[in-house]
Order: sequence, then structure tokens, then C-alpha cells
Amino acid sequence: MANWVPLWLHRLGSPPVFYRFAGAVRPWALGLALVLAGVALYGGLFVAPADYQQGDAYRIIFLHVPSAWMSLFIYGAMAVAAFVGLVWRIKIAEVVAMESAPVGAAFTFITLVTGSLWGKPMWGTWWTWDARLTSELVLLFIYLGVIGLYHSFEDRRQGARAASFLVLVGAVNVPIVHFSVNWWNTLHQGSTVRLLGPSHIEASMLWPLLTMMAATKLYYVASLFARVRADLIASESGKGWVRELLAHRDGSGA
Amino acid sequence: MTPGSTSAACAALLRRDLTLAWRRRGDIAMPVLYALIVATLFPFALGPEPTLLARIAGGVVFVTVLLAVLLSLDHLFRADIEDGSMEQLMLAPQPLALLVGMKILAHWITSSLPLIVVAPLLAGMLKLPAAATPVLVFALVLATPLLSLLGAVLVALTAGSRRSGMLLALMLLPLCVPVVIFAAGAVAAAQEGLPWIAPIAWLGAGLAMAVVLAPLACAAALRIAMDT
Repeated sequence: MANWVPLWLHRLGSPPVFYRFAGAVRPWALGLALVLAGVALYGGLFVAPADYQQGDAYRIIFLHVPSAWMSLFIYGAMAVAAFVGLVWRIKIAEVVAMESAPVGAAFTFITLVTGSLWGKPMWGTWWTWDARLTSELVLLFIYLGVIGLYHSFEDRRQGARAASFLVLVGAVNVPIVHFSVNWWNTLHQGSTVRLLGPSHIEASMLWPLLTMMAATKLYYVASLFARVRADLIASESGKGWVRELLAHRDGSGA
Repeated sequence: MTPGSTSAACAALLRRDLTLAWRRRGDIAMPVLYALIVATLFPFALGPEPTLLARIAGGVVFVTVLLAVLLSLDHLFRADIEDGSMEQLMLAPQPLALLVGMKILAHWITSSLPLIVVAPLLAGMLKLPAAATPVLVFALVLATPLLSLLGAVLVALTAGSRRSGMLLALMLLPLCVPVVIFAAGAVAAAQEGLPWIAPIAWLGAGLAMAVVLAPLACAAALRIAMDT
């Protein structure tokens, strides 16, 4: 096999290369995310039929479920980046992990808000101490703890390493919390979309859901890359490539 | 024990921490006083009906003990970091995880053990049925070391940071959710005359894992946080 893939990944570990790569990818990811989100919203709000039991109220699923998937997906991505950053001391991985946390926290928050909006007409309550709701709330606290720990250090890299460690502790903890609250109390409906076996959902409802899932993933990439670029500029402000970049920008802007 | 061996170092560290705590006996009483005050506030806030108090007693005692442990955790490593002995421990030839484990044990003896001793008193104030009190003490004996071990990892992470108090609470909450669920669940089951051994067994399993893993994680976290 050609060895350009490892070589390219290796080069991507360098902040200037990653900065340019992220800058090139970001507009495409953001544009595609917006288009897909528009298509998914049209499909979900106008094309898909109303639910036989929940009526039109179920349509919030097209925001709620993709956000919930993203809240876990981003935690997974963050944990992998944190592990890579801690083990191989790769600066980009640390930055990616730390800048994932606010995006993940936002998706977790959206999940909780849309879930409570959905819960009011369906269960008759904004909030209930159900297993899934509680684990999602705990997940939000873990995200906030990571963000708080990262910002409590004077030195950014030291903060990133400490918070990366917390991410890994949380990764062990999330399944334990989920299991224990499941044992404690449960009301939430089971999963309707499955990777293995048939999903319990009509195809006309499924495709907007999956489209929205792709849109949220692309949005995460776009948002993450914008945040990483800003973080790199701030933390590498003394380095030559940032000065060159700024000089170049001033020259072209003037 | 030969001087300089690992067991001698552990014994010396444990003796040093206990002596230091004994010299400042007032500090040992603080978490106990705090727990007493919090437990006293609940009847004022909720009304003195014995049936209501009996229903919530187990949970209130656990939350009170948890908060008291959280407060005392804050200065687990602080004095050692300020006077430089933490660097000496990290440079010592003995494994840091073991030494940190000894510090956690000393902390548990000085801050959690007094809480366990007064827990029956708190439970009595809150009208917990006498039959459930042994289960409460048993659950606390398993739950407090677990809290100390989990908390120590987080305290170690905040060791090099500027502020820690509220942050520690925010970080500890997700970790202590399962502990509180199982510990309070055991007491609630005992109160209703149900078998309570299953949640206790889960606590014991968690404690067994934490005794092995938490000192290692704590040592790794200290190395990260002290790395300057």
C-alpha cells in the first residue's frame, strides 16, 4: 500500500498544516450541512406523514434524535482525541478534544430542551427522572466539567492534558451511570432505529432522520474546525507561521 | 520492615498524615459539624412529621455525608503541594500510586470515619427506622471510601489549577451518581423490608475496582497537573 496516508496524517499533526486543511474543508462542510439540514427539515416537516398516535408533535424527533446521537458521538470523538493527545502528546489532538467539548455540550443541551418540549404533550411533563433523561443530564455535567477544568489552568496545554484525562475518566463513567440509572427508573421509549435488524420506523420518516444525522455530523466538523483554527491562532500567536499569516493578511487586506 | 522499603515508606507516610491530622484535631470535627448542621436544616425546611422524615432520611444522610466528604476533599493534596512534599513523593523510588493510596486512606480515616460514626445519630434525628440503621452504616462503610477514591482523582486533576471548589463539585457529581443510587437504594430497600444485598454487592464491586484503579489514575493525574 502506498504510504501517503500515514505520511499525510503525520503532516496533519503540524499546526500550520492543520490550520490550512481545516480552512479548506470548513466552508464545504458547513455548506453541505446547511443544504442537508434544509432537505431533512423539508422531508421531516412536509413530506413525512403524521404519526398515527402522536400526530404532528412527533416531528421534533428530527431535531431531538440526531442531537442525541451527536451528544454521544462527539463524546466518543473527544475521548479518542484525548487518548491520542495524552499518549502521543500530539498538540492538535489535545486542541481537537478541548474544542469538541463546547460543541458536544451544545448538542446535549439541545437534546435536553427538545426532549422536554416533546415530553410535555406526550408524557404531560417537562421533566421526569427517567434513566435516559438523567444520563443525558449527567453527560451535560461531564461536558461542563471538562470545559471548566480546561479553563481553570493558566497554562493551556496543561489544562488540556488535565481535561483530557477527565474525558477518559468520564468515558469509563458514562456507561456505569447509564446502567445504574436504568436500574433505578425508566420511562423513555426504547430505540426505534437500529443498526442491526429492521428499524421500527416508516421509511418516509427514516430518511429525513438519517439526512439530519449527516447534516449534524458535517456541522460538527465545520464548527470544530473553526474553533480549532481560532484556538491554534491564539495558542501559537508567538510562532513564525502565525506572524507570516497575519502579515500576509494585512498586506492583502490593505 | 527494612528502612527505605516500600512497606516502610507507606507506613511512614500514613503515620505522618495521621499525626498531622491529630495535631489539628479541630479540622477533623469540621465535616462532622457540617453534616450535623445540614441534617438539622432538613426538618426545619420540610416540617417535623416523622413519616415524611423517615421516608427521606436515608437519602438525606447520604447527600449530607457526600457534601461533607466533598468539602474535606478540597485540601487532600493542598498542604503537600504548597510545602513541596508532593514533589518529593513524586521523586521517591516507591510507586507514586501506592503512596497516594496511603494519603487517601489517611484522609478516609480522618474525615469519613467520624462521619460514619455520627451517621446513626443523624439517621435517628431524621427518624430512620432502627432496622434500617445497620444497613445505612454498612452502605456508608462501602460508599465513603469509594467517594474518597473517586474524589482524589479529581482533586489531583485540579491540583495545578487556580480555582477548584465549585469545579470539584461539578466534576464529582457525574462520578458519584451511581454511588448515591446504590447506597440510598440499599437503605430504601431495607426500609421496605426488601432484600438489600444486591445494591450493597454492587457498591462492593465498585469499591474493589476503585481500590485498584483509582490510585493509579490519581498518580497519573497528579503527574499531569504538577507537570510544569
